[in-house]
Amino acid sequence: MTPMTEEQQSLAVANPKMTARDVKVFYGEKQAIKGVSIDVDMDHVTAFIGPSGCGKSTFLRTLNRMNDTVASARVEGTITLDGEDIYAPSMDVVQLRARVGMVFQKPNPFPKSIYENIAYGPRIHGLAAGKADMDVIVEKSLRRAGLWDEVKDRLNDSGTALSGGQQQRLCIGRAIAVEPEVILMDEPCSALDPIATAKIEELIHELRGRYGIVIVTHNMQQAARVSQRTAFFHLGELVEYGVTSDIFTNPRQERTKDYITGRYG
Amino acid sequence: MSAERLPTDWKSDAMRKRIARRYAAERRFKAAGMAAVLLSAAFLAFLLFTMVGNGMRGFTRTEIALKVDFPASPLLLDPANITDEALANANLPMVTSTVAQKALGKDADAMISPSAWIAIRDAIKADPKILARTETIDVPAATAIDLAAKSKGSPEAEAQVARLRQAGLLATGINWGFLTASDGTDPTQVGIWGAFKGSLLTMLVTLVLSFPIGVATALYLEEYARKSWWTDIIEVSINNLAAVPSIIFGLLGLSIFLNLLHLPRSAALVGGMTLALMTMPVIVIAGRNAIKSVPPSIRDAALGIGASPVQVVFQHVLPLALPGILTGTIIGMARALGETAPLLMIGMRAFIATPPGGIVDPATVLPVQIFLWSDEVSKGFVEKTSAAIIVLLAFLLAMNGLAIYLRNKFEKRW
Repeated sequence: MTPMTEEQQSLAVANPKMTARDVKVFYGEKQAIKGVSIDVDMDHVTAFIGPSGCGKSTFLRTLNRMNDTVASARVEGTITLDGEDIYAPSMDVVQLRARVGMVFQKPNPFPKSIYENIAYGPRIHGLAAGKADMDVIVEKSLRRAGLWDEVKDRLNDSGTALSGGQQQRLCIGRAIAVEPEVILMDEPCSALDPIATAKIEELIHELRGRYGIVIVTHNMQQAARVSQRTAFFHLGELVEYGVTSDIFTNPRQERTKDYITGRYG
Repeated sequence: MSAERLPTDWKSDAMRKRIARRYAAERRFKAAGMAAVLLSAAFLAFLLFTMVGNGMRGFTRTEIALKVDFPASPLLLDPANITDEALANANLPMVTSTVAQKALGKDADAMISPSAWIAIRDAIKADPKILARTETIDVPAATAIDLAAKSKGSPEAEAQVARLRQAGLLATGINWGFLTASDGTDPTQVGIWGAFKGSLLTMLVTLVLSFPIGVATALYLEEYARKSWWTDIIEVSINNLAAVPSIIFGLLGLSIFLNLLHLPRSAALVGGMTLALMTMPVIVIAGRNAIKSVPPSIRDAALGIGASPVQVVFQHVLPLALPGILTGTIIGMARALGETAPLLMIGMRAFIATPPGGIVDPATVLPVQIFLWSDEVSKGFVEKTSAAIIVLLAFLLAMNGLAIYLRNKFEKRW
């Protein structure tokens, strides 16, 4: 394990929810992530920024082992959730993904009713004690996702009949319904219009503190608006990691400065 | 250095000619397509026209109104004691012949069907009181009369028909027996029910065996198996199996199911197993394509909230792939339904006059029945063959209709 740099030490929070130390990801022979160390806690939203193909999405997907579905992917280093190594053989991947939920780039509701979309997760994990309890979970999750008022009269309509922004909030509600500890968002607004984007960003603000949130975005204004910590990735390396306002106003690295001033990306 | 290129002249003659050629090519392509469609439509229309033209006659039969004066007949039956045994001992065929000769003349035996007595027996059974009076009973005509009445027969038969017509004794009735009876030697008495039931049982065995195994194979290969040379070999083998001529499957069924396992010969069980071997690769290929076309984002979504791989497959992938799998299955089943060659190999071409009671009883199937009847010498079988083809086609159409219905019912849109 490589020692943490001084600035990382200063950012290391008192009780991190997730920690990553010297994480390397390989796709076959190709190395996609070159030794990344980062902490995620409940009080700060962490944003990953960087040009396309820099590895930010790949790194995000190692945090709940979604990369397991890629046969050629190999992960080295240590990632912990509450101090427990998530790549240890004793870790149950299914439970891990319930605790570390994910929202994808393209809204992907199940082709089922709105109610079923939310209820599916709690049902497979046995979180509801009955129909009435499930109704409560569905309403609570949809309220937290800011979608309740728009869909409460048509819970039996198909989730795929909603607009793009509503679908994405439905997906966030679906992730919330299983009471995860951390929510990973992989460019959740890249397929949405500005108004839908604003609603999702508002939602992220409201969810902060209750869940640890990590968001990948290539919209730098969005990173500045929603996050308190920003990590800049370039060519598989973590170039700079710090308090969001510092990164945007006073970047230490030349590459970070070039990127945020739009010289490449 | 090359010379400066001139700007393209979009209005030049060469350009105009190129455009004209492009349009001409398009017109030629359209005309060729139309011709192909018209040609196939014409063939189809011709097929249906001749089939229905010949076959519909197989569903009707010529009947002769036979006046039976029971008290005057040599029939010895007690109206108070009509049992199957009493009827069997009454020598009805003989009595019928005598009665017919009295009513229709000396050549009556050539006019009524050899099984005309069955109609009289049924009439007595239905109402024993008729034994006390004279009753007119419609009995089936002999094959020669039937043919002469419907289309063209021998000169004698034509003359007899003319005589019967004049007397007003000839009628055309719907031949319900064709739908309820089984194979026989007398073309006026044969029916399709035995073969139909045999086809139904065989298809049932085929479906029960090939659908679960085929779908499970497709799911395993698509969702679980890691890509390796081993799965490549399996994939190539399955594609090859789908192309193997069906008679080879019949030989396989003969040597394994009959000679090795000693399963009953001529039975729907063995026929179904043999056809299942043939249908399974089709289901696997259709199933894999349907599973492949399920968007990966649905798998991500389910995995992302902690669904186990089995839950992802059975609660998300399979329901979405089902319409495609069902379509493929029914195409495979339709092919199996029309299959004759492999069933000949396992003895399903036997003459079977009673409908099978179960999957281990001797049975035959519709296409084999058609094949057998087309081989018969008696002219009466020609229209029966066509009628059986109509039944088979109706069965196929019903199956394809079901496929379309199921696909529309389960198809999800997003």
